[in-house]
Amino acid sequence: MEFAPTDEQEMVVDTVRAFVERELVPYEDEVERLGDVSRELVEQIRERSLAAGIYAANMPADLGGGGLDNVTMAMVDRAFGWTQYALHYIVARPSNILRACTGDQVDEYLLPTIRGERVDCLAMSEPGAGSDVRGMTCRATRDGDDYVINGTKHFISHADLADYTILFVATGEEQTSRGPKKLITSLLVDHDTPGLEVVPGYNCVSNRGYHNMILNFDDCRVPASKVLGEEHRGFEVANEWLGATRLQVAAICLGRADRAFRVALEWAADREQFGQKIGRFQGVSFKLADMQTKLVEAELMTYRAAWLMDEGRMTDGDAAMAKISSTEMLQFVADEAIQVLGGMGLMDELPLERIWRDARVDRIWDGTSEIQRHIVSRQLLRPLGS
Amino acid sequence: MNVVVCVKQIPDPADPGQMDPETRTLKRDVKLILDESDSYGVEMGLQLVDAAGEGEVVLVSMVPNNEVSGLRTALAMGAGSAVLVSDEALAGSDALSTAKVLAAAIRRCEADLIITATESSDGYTGTVPVQIAELLDLPSATFAKSIEIDGDVAKVQRQTEDGYDEIECSLPCVVSVTAGVVEPRYPSFKGIMAAKNKPVDELDLAALGIDPATVGWAGARQEIVDIAEAPAGEAGEIIHDEGDAHERILAFLDDLKIL
Repeated sequence: MEFAPTDEQEMVVDTVRAFVERELVPYEDEVERLGDVSRELVEQIRERSLAAGIYAANMPADLGGGGLDNVTMAMVDRAFGWTQYALHYIVARPSNILRACTGDQVDEYLLPTIRGERVDCLAMSEPGAGSDVRGMTCRATRDGDDYVINGTKHFISHADLADYTILFVATGEEQTSRGPKKLITSLLVDHDTPGLEVVPGYNCVSNRGYHNMILNFDDCRVPASKVLGEEHRGFEVANEWLGATRLQVAAICLGRADRAFRVALEWAADREQFGQKIGRFQGVSFKLADMQTKLVEAELMTYRAAWLMDEGRMTDGDAAMAKISSTEMLQFVADEAIQVLGGMGLMDELPLERIWRDARVDRIWDGTSEIQRHIVSRQLLRPLGS
Repeated sequence: MNVVVCVKQIPDPADPGQMDPETRTLKRDVKLILDESDSYGVEMGLQLVDAAGEGEVVLVSMVPNNEVSGLRTALAMGAGSAVLVSDEALAGSDALSTAKVLAAAIRRCEADLIITATESSDGYTGTVPVQIAELLDLPSATFAKSIEIDGDVAKVQRQTEDGYDEIECSLPCVVSVTAGVVEPRYPSFKGIMAAKNKPVDELDLAALGIDPATVGWAGARQEIVDIAEAPAGEAGEIIHDEGDAHERILAFLDDLKIL
């Protein structure tokens, strides 16, 4: 069993850390203050990450991406997790699902997205269909060589920056022994398509500067050539390519927690009360020990899942356990770090209150902790017939 | 156009380790990284090769062990290959010994231009670049803030306290570059993966025809007689503005003869 990163992995992480420190961290306060990332800054970060060769790191090298394996990608995401989501998201990793592009879709969507010329977003959630994805009501009806889409998607991350959406819609229904089941299809929809309106979503307590958007489809017509994968087999496409997103969340949480922990550690080592450094009080030192222990636990869980994915053996349960471990660890570490600092921990001069706020969404998006536990327990019980 | 860039692998300044009390030098039994001051020379070399449309950047370096991690960083930035002089006898080399070894390695390369930093971040002698030029019998320019190649001539803007000098050197020549010469690129992910397959020609002193007794501790003509902690910086003066802060700041700067 080998736990040490390779020289190449260390260099990859060093590159990302340097980029984060120089190109992203200096803008954190501005993003928090404005609640937005200016278009100029978006372009600057995108251009510099393209020039640095760290854009689209998850995509194969022969397609122009970074060609990194999943373990190295987890290390990269951990390094990006040091800073704000709204900033590091711009150093895009195109959705893995675009690897399902075929024919003209490759030149129209996949390759320009890897080159940073186009930006994707992914639309699954609806106001009435969150964890119950099959409950979606947004539908696409076949009309000759086209699909006509009607309905609403919400919580669509970065649809304001994207110029097309990887859309999941209901395209039919089949009868099963457990009743009717919706058939889902994935479609590539350009944002300038008539009948599609992208409007601002909700203000979120987590991740200032990041915007969730609402997509309204009103007789939006797209050609059948825009189907990603096969008609009615959207879930199969999603299951094949979207597993890595849970690992991405888990890995990003590691970086966030590391930053919070280091602030607390430094504070405990420097601040004096009652005539001694506060880190010498057991009430503080044990918190540091617990924070570090949980951080390393989550790190091992995340890298293990990524390694299994590289081996082609990662189960949904492996990814789910990594996400549970890492997101809940971050909530714990952020909260305890604030406790170590006391009142100063809540002040926006330090990153802790932001990390604490931002951590909340990670236990919800890409599948709540409860859904993740459902996945893990289902995997345990199914072989037993339960 | 072939550009040789001399690079040094040093202990990470962010985690510099300890001084060896016996040798009074920095302990180097840690992982070494590319001296950041050399990254500017690597970038300059890469840009000149790109502009020429042919050739490559060749790194030249020396270490007492066979450490290559710092070289890999420069290779990941885009350098084509490296020559590493690796020999235990190199430990303790002073500036002149260093220049002799690097010059001997450079002779094996068909260099149109040799770029160095103005000085290393751990040794700070600043004498190696001109010593290399002298040993190779080449013209040299120091403190370059820009380099442009025009035919067989390097046009160099040489940084001075007041501005810069414009000078020309016939090629081949040795040019030391400042941190202001270019903005070093990040090693790209593709570059990092490609770096492990780039050739590093590892040579010992015998291969260069250098007598081990003339380098390292044995051949050093410099001796470090003492080292001392840098004095802690004194607390600054805080001026509270009571309407005359600007005058007091001007007086303070005047006392320092800054104005």
